[in-house]
Amino acid sequence: MKARVTITLKNGVLDPQGKAIHHALEGLGFSGVEDVRAGKVIELDLAEGASEDDVDAMCRKLLANTVIENYAIEMVD
Amino acid sequence: MKSAVIVFPGSNCDRDMASAIESVSGRAPEMVWHRDSDLPAGVDFIAIPGGFSYGDYLRSGAMAARSPIIAVVREAAERGTPVLGVCNGFQILTETGLLPGALMRNKSMHFTCRDAALRVENARSVFTHGYDEGETIHVPVAHHDGNYQTDADVLDRIEGEGQVAFRYLDDINGSARGIAGILNAKGNVLGMMPHPERAIEKAHGNMDGRRLFEGLFEKVF
Amino acid sequence: MTEITPEIVAEHGLSPEEYDRIVAAIGREPNLVELGIFSVMWSEHCSYKSSRLHLKKLPTEAPWVICGPGENAGVIDIGDGQAAIFKMESHNHPSYIEPYQGAATGVGGILRDVFTMGARPVANMNALRFGRPDHPKMRHLIAGVVAGIGGYGNCVGVPTVGGETNFHRAYDGNILVNAMTVGVADADRIFYSAATGVGNPIVYVGSKTGRDGIHGATMASADFDEDSEEKRPTVQVGDPFTEKLLIEACLELMATDAIVAIQDMGAAGLTSSSVEMATNGGVGIRLDMDKVPCREEGMTPYEMMLSESQERMLMVLKPGKEEMAKAIFEKWELDFAVIGEVTEGGHMVLTFEGETVCDIPLGPLADEAPEYDRPYVETPRPAPLEDEPDSKDVMADLEAMMGSPALASRRWIWQQYDSQVGANTVQKPGGDAAVVRVHGTTKALGITTDCTPRYCFADPREGGKQAIAETYRNLSAVGARPLAVTNCLNFANPQRPEIMGQFVGCLEGMGEACRALDYPIVSGNVSLYNETRLDDGSSMAILPTPAIGGVGLLDDWEKSASLAFKAADEQIFLVGETPHHLGQSVFLKEVHGREEGPPPPVDLELERRHGEFVRTAIGEGLVSAVHDISDGGLLVALAEMALAGGMGADLHLERLNARNRAAMLFGEDQARYVVTTTDPDALRKSAKENGIALEPLGTTRDDGQITLDGNDSIALDRLRAAHEGFFPTLMEGEL
Repeated sequence: MKARVTITLKNGVLDPQGKAIHHALEGLGFSGVEDVRAGKVIELDLAEGASEDDVDAMCRKLLANTVIENYAIEMVD
Repeated sequence: MKSAVIVFPGSNCDRDMASAIESVSGRAPEMVWHRDSDLPAGVDFIAIPGGFSYGDYLRSGAMAARSPIIAVVREAAERGTPVLGVCNGFQILTETGLLPGALMRNKSMHFTCRDAALRVENARSVFTHGYDEGETIHVPVAHHDGNYQTDADVLDRIEGEGQVAFRYLDDINGSARGIAGILNAKGNVLGMMPHPERAIEKAHGNMDGRRLFEGLFEKVF
Repeated sequence: MTEITPEIVAEHGLSPEEYDRIVAAIGREPNLVELGIFSVMWSEHCSYKSSRLHLKKLPTEAPWVICGPGENAGVIDIGDGQAAIFKMESHNHPSYIEPYQGAATGVGGILRDVFTMGARPVANMNALRFGRPDHPKMRHLIAGVVAGIGGYGNCVGVPTVGGETNFHRAYDGNILVNAMTVGVADADRIFYSAATGVGNPIVYVGSKTGRDGIHGATMASADFDEDSEEKRPTVQVGDPFTEKLLIEACLELMATDAIVAIQDMGAAGLTSSSVEMATNGGVGIRLDMDKVPCREEGMTPYEMMLSESQERMLMVLKPGKEEMAKAIFEKWELDFAVIGEVTEGGHMVLTFEGETVCDIPLGPLADEAPEYDRPYVETPRPAPLEDEPDSKDVMADLEAMMGSPALASRRWIWQQYDSQVGANTVQKPGGDAAVVRVHGTTKALGITTDCTPRYCFADPREGGKQAIAETYRNLSAVGARPLAVTNCLNFANPQRPEIMGQFVGCLEGMGEACRALDYPIVSGNVSLYNETRLDDGSSMAILPTPAIGGVGLLDDWEKSASLAFKAADEQIFLVGETPHHLGQSVFLKEVHGREEGPPPPVDLELERRHGEFVRTAIGEGLVSAVHDISDGGLLVALAEMALAGGMGADLHLERLNARNRAAMLFGEDQARYVVTTTDPDALRKSAKENGIALEPLGTTRDDGQITLDGNDSIALDRLRAAHEGFFPTLMEGEL
């Protein structure tokens, strides 16, 4: 079992990286972008018996910084 | 003789590089803005300085490598003009493909600022002929993404072709085979993580970097 | 429109009396925008309402002071038409809640204070206080704070050249992150905040405004609950890349003659920057809130005025300069908007969607803000130290102390900071003070931060004196002439008389030391309410921590001294009397677990004379290595010099005839230095002529060990392992 954790900045939190990527895309002539938000994907290869609740605890304790980030967990067989 | 230092938004060793060039060559370089689409006429040496171009966002050097000026730098490099990329400049050169490989996060995961002992592996290039082959020199490093990686075939090839210019004597950042700086196949493009422009004069406590510029300017001009 | 209830008033951190005062000042009930503006301006952070009365007593003047407290940063003359501009500021509460961003934005804020005034920042320092290393949260906090300071400073390209780190359980729930920036400017091109010229455009530059840190400024001055994690969304995110662009754009514009006044938007954002600019210029201000660049949809004037979004500045331009200025900011890909104008009449007027949403007189916001004479009780003098312990095994005690949190090498921290960008760093972290060359000259600035909170807790007045004296000593030890200081005064709740007593005591001591040493205070910051309410209802106050940042000048960087032993067979001397004071020493705390007794008294006249002697000896080339004696005492100072130089020492202290060996070796008596020399006769002669006590201690040796009186010895390798091992071991595996 694998878990895919997607971590994104909360709405309203400044995303310096997204902002810089947006600028660079415009500089390359890609004008069709309204906004860019950058995040992270973390894949966990889970041992037997590890549950989504465990992954949720991992997100809260380490993987995401819930001050500024949201996370979503996707369990993949 | 004329040198150019390329300045990107977020470059922060541009002025240090200019001071080093002026201190050694006696002539201040032209500072070239990233949006320019031309180099000043008659440039015989191009430096891409360290810093955090575009904040190192996305990947270090990734966005700078797609700037208008880089196309011109690439043409100059292909014509044989010496191009030196230091730290972020090295990261930019790998992102442009002018040098093979990539610079990943340091093995320690920490930014590391310290003195690094280097072995000069190739003292035949336009940049390194002021050193002796096998000599140990000291040049400071200051980077977060200095862990040089590429696949084994490429490593074997660049080792075999004498493209490894400098190698760390200690494991500074986890680089494959301790690689600190590499040359392109023609030997006119050098990328290195250590900062030779911070080892130029007595105030720096170490002048080992000066010899790189002295050797270069002796050959080029 | 929102009705202003007592609950809303309380949520804004205002007392009922303060609310009545607002109503009286404006002659009516305020609306929410106005209440928000008052709450920000009357917070401790902006108004200094509990501290102002006492801050006024500090000495702030000297012939070389160009601008003292009151502006964004202090300015001193460093000769040749140049000025050094510097300040220190706290970012304590945000750093506890989100250590990386809290520390990073702290660095960003202090950088803006300095380049706002026209200086290119040339050095950063930081003073950090953490709780017990084994506290469950502490590794996470240390890792985040250090990475945040590095992440911001490294990216903007300003070298972080030093600082200090302490651990104490009093900071378990309230760490301190104090950041200092030093910049250099032309003395005739300093920019101030006073808005002038009715009709002049007010310009907003930098990043857009988001809903970052709303209530941050009021939070920074509020009591710190154990549940403060609930307050998390108020933490703002820093963008050092934008700050770097903002530095370059501002310096480019400052090279023209377009700017009338400039002020950064720090904590309290647009509110405090606009109010301060108008107040300092004695004018009014009108802002059109529809023109404020916003990052999010639907932001209200209240949110815009209270937002703490980072990397923003407010300027008053000369008329007709807008287009030229705009072109510079657009080149650097930054926002630029004319959002208002300077007005007559001393009012702050805000309009939004065609309506006036705020119209208040500026007087009550700033100059007439509340000022409190908080009741205080003087801290009782500590009892003399009873049962002075001696050392049974001097070298074992030395090894334990050198590997303790108090004295262990901070290399793990400072290696994460780019200390050399700018290529002017002559002395890197790890010495008594950093030495940074002034670019293009032979001059250099000496920079240090110091404070010994355990001394301040035991005896605020002596502790305040000592903090100033130690910066004076550290600057002298590198050969820099101490010129002026900045401070960051971190204390607990000033409404408790014993805490206010600590504050008053420390300030009295600081003022006395500054006057005696001709060493004025030119800028500073106060951070109060640094305490944690515990589950049982009691409060854990931090130790009183008046962190001091000292700046000195060397005419020639080549004539600076460092602490490393340079060569074998050089003579080692103690400058100053034989130490004997064990109260509040590291030895007592780390070896015996006791925090007792009075701190070492500070003799300011001796500090001055010994400092002058050491600086002269350095200038004349009479000494090869210099180190001040502070935490850990004489033997620790010698061990640090040996480790830095990779050079041992053969020490002979038999003659000193100590009553107690531990007190002699580990006592922390003040006004002392260790020096080495190749010319002992000349040094002795100079000491004799100046009436300075100079005691021979032994000789440097190339034998890799420290030997004492021919019998006790310890290998440098062993000492180094203890000294360097603490941080890597503590932090192993922490991301």
